Amino acid sequence: MSGNPSGTPDAAGLPERPADDLMVVADGVHKSFGRLEVLKGIDLQVRRGEVMCVVGPSGSGKSTFLRCINHLEKITAGRLWVNGRLMGYREHDGRLYELHDKQVAEQRRDIGMVFQSFNLFPHMSVMGNVIEAPVQVKRESRAQARARALELLERVGLADKAESYPRQLSGGQQQRVAIARALAMRPELMLFDEPTSALDPELVGEVLEVMKDLAREGMTMVVVTHEMGFAREVGDNLVFMDGGVVVESGDPREVLGDPKHERTRAFLSKVL
Amino acid sequence: MNTPTEPPRPAGPSAEDSRPAPVKAVPVRHPGRWVASGVLLVLAAMFVNMLVTNEKFNWPFMFEHMFSAPVLNGVWTTLKLTVLAMLLGISLGIAVAVMRLSGNPVLATLAWLYTWFFRAVPRLVLCVLFGNLGILYQNLELGLPFDNHWMPLLGLEGDARFFSVPMNDVLTPFMAALLALALSQGAYMAEIVRAGLLSVDKGQTEAAQALGMSRGKTLRRITLPQALRVIVPPTGNEVTAMLKDTSLVSAIPLTTELFFQLQAIGNRTFDLFPMLVAACIWYLAITSLLMAGQFFLERSFTKGDRKAQAEIAIMQSKAGH
Ligand SMILES: Nc1ncnc2c1ncn2[C@@H]1O[C@H](COP(=O)(O)OP(=O)(O)OP(=O)(O)O)[C@@H](O)[C@H]1O
Ligand SMILES: [Mg+2]
Repeated sequence: MSGNPSGTPDAAGLPERPADDLMVVADGVHKSFGRLEVLKGIDLQVRRGEVMCVVGPSGSGKSTFLRCINHLEKITAGRLWVNGRLMGYREHDGRLYELHDKQVAEQRRDIGMVFQSFNLFPHMSVMGNVIEAPVQVKRESRAQARARALELLERVGLADKAESYPRQLSGGQQQRVAIARALAMRPELMLFDEPTSALDPELVGEVLEVMKDLAREGMTMVVVTHEMGFAREVGDNLVFMDGGVVVESGDPREVLGDPKHERTRAFLSKVL
Repeated sequence: MNTPTEPPRPAGPSAEDSRPAPVKAVPVRHPGRWVASGVLLVLAAMFVNMLVTNEKFNWPFMFEHMFSAPVLNGVWTTLKLTVLAMLLGISLGIAVAVMRLSGNPVLATLAWLYTWFFRAVPRLVLCVLFGNLGILYQNLELGLPFDNHWMPLLGLEGDARFFSVPMNDVLTPFMAALLALALSQGAYMAEIVRAGLLSVDKGQTEAAQALGMSRGKTLRRITLPQALRVIVPPTGNEVTAMLKDTSLVSAIPLTTELFFQLQAIGNRTFDLFPMLVAACIWYLAITSLLMAGQFFLERSFTKGDRKAQAEIAIMQSKAGH
């Protein structure tokens, strides 16, 4: 996968705006925390409707990259587009201008994110969690937001838990609520950061089922996961990251079945 | 003979009545407790005897003045001062804590300077200082800064002040007292609120931001409500402390305040001690009321805390099955 998305290159050789069928374009993305360089030039593209799985050893920068996509982390070099928009910046005459907090918040509305630790709001009911952003951010009416929330909870199999509080739910149920909460903003892209890693083994399936449904409906997804079965079944693309770079990528069945790279092989032999 | 694998059987009760006999033992004696109680009883009797027989207490005099109009007015002023200073202090505290955590170096430094100053200077000193601010300026004026310097340079006459009131009209003793107490309280509240905000898991902020919520919304809807669990209990203590510290403003002097009134009566009648006892009783009574209020507030607070409620409900439902 080359780092040159289709689009007209500007003077610096960087593309001005990626083609319309690309949801995520990362072009030489670097990220450092102080002197620790965590991402050392990530180039990749996610097409609309595609499910991209990201695997790699602990500390390789998978979470960091995912958090760069919705600008929870500021990248230190390179460019990152989502849905045709440069994340966190405005480019004008070859110069970058940082966006204001409000503008960044606005960019994030199209991107849903699901965390390893669920991060549901403990002081709100399940319903409260799901309607919070539509009501507060999108200014939807409560009635409208509630109706849609019930639909979404139905979809993740939790309509009867609408008035429960997060603490009353199992991990798998909490994660499904978290997915419903993200979907309530009608995102065009969903990011998953090891959504099943904190779950008891018998609860992993129910969350993966919901994610498979989403994929089938054509949602664009970037999924950091250790579930190779999921990657093989629904992944359109698989990226193996190690040490802050993409070591190998391609069709999941091919990469998992016949890894080209020594590091990929070493990693897979441990997790499979 | 028992086979070696069989456990030894307890002698006595049969298999049906397998409950062991209740323990019958002589409890440990605590002679020290009896001695201590006796000593305390004697001391208490001596104390009560002194209260009744020592005429300097002059109880009738005390009860006569304890509920006089100026004293009741003093109670009212003290309560008003407590409530207003706390409300202002809490608002200030939230603002300063947010500034401190904002990541904006200018705001953070400003917040730090504020807390540093108002926590370092004693409240009594602050009260007297604010009571004497009128020495600095006779009038409180609103206008362009340094007008006395640049207006002559431009060859202009007069001044660039749009609005002016005498300082003494604005900074009444009550206002001085309120400012001193509220500003000082703001500094303490800032620390409490900051601890509360820091106690909320970072994942909460991230989840809110990922949903497209702005920083202000995240604070108001997500972080602050969860921080209340940590903020409310110490704030209750602060209210009690504030009530007691209102007695400091008698040094401004704020003459309508409770302690000042009681002292004034004592000084006027040359019978000070009963009035000091009256002060103790008043503060004891109000503080006890506040403490009781705090107890119920904290209890209903954990009651309203759905998290705790849910946990209890789950435990109960599990126990039921
Ligand atoms: N906020 C931060 N400050 C400093 N270092 C950080 C920060 N976040 C992540 N790192 C470091 O960046 C590196 C990559 O972290 P990251 O969480 O992206 O890894 P990961 O691939 O998601 O690993 P895992 O599989 O364990 O989740 C780690 O060495 C981590 O210590
Ligand atoms: Mg991670």
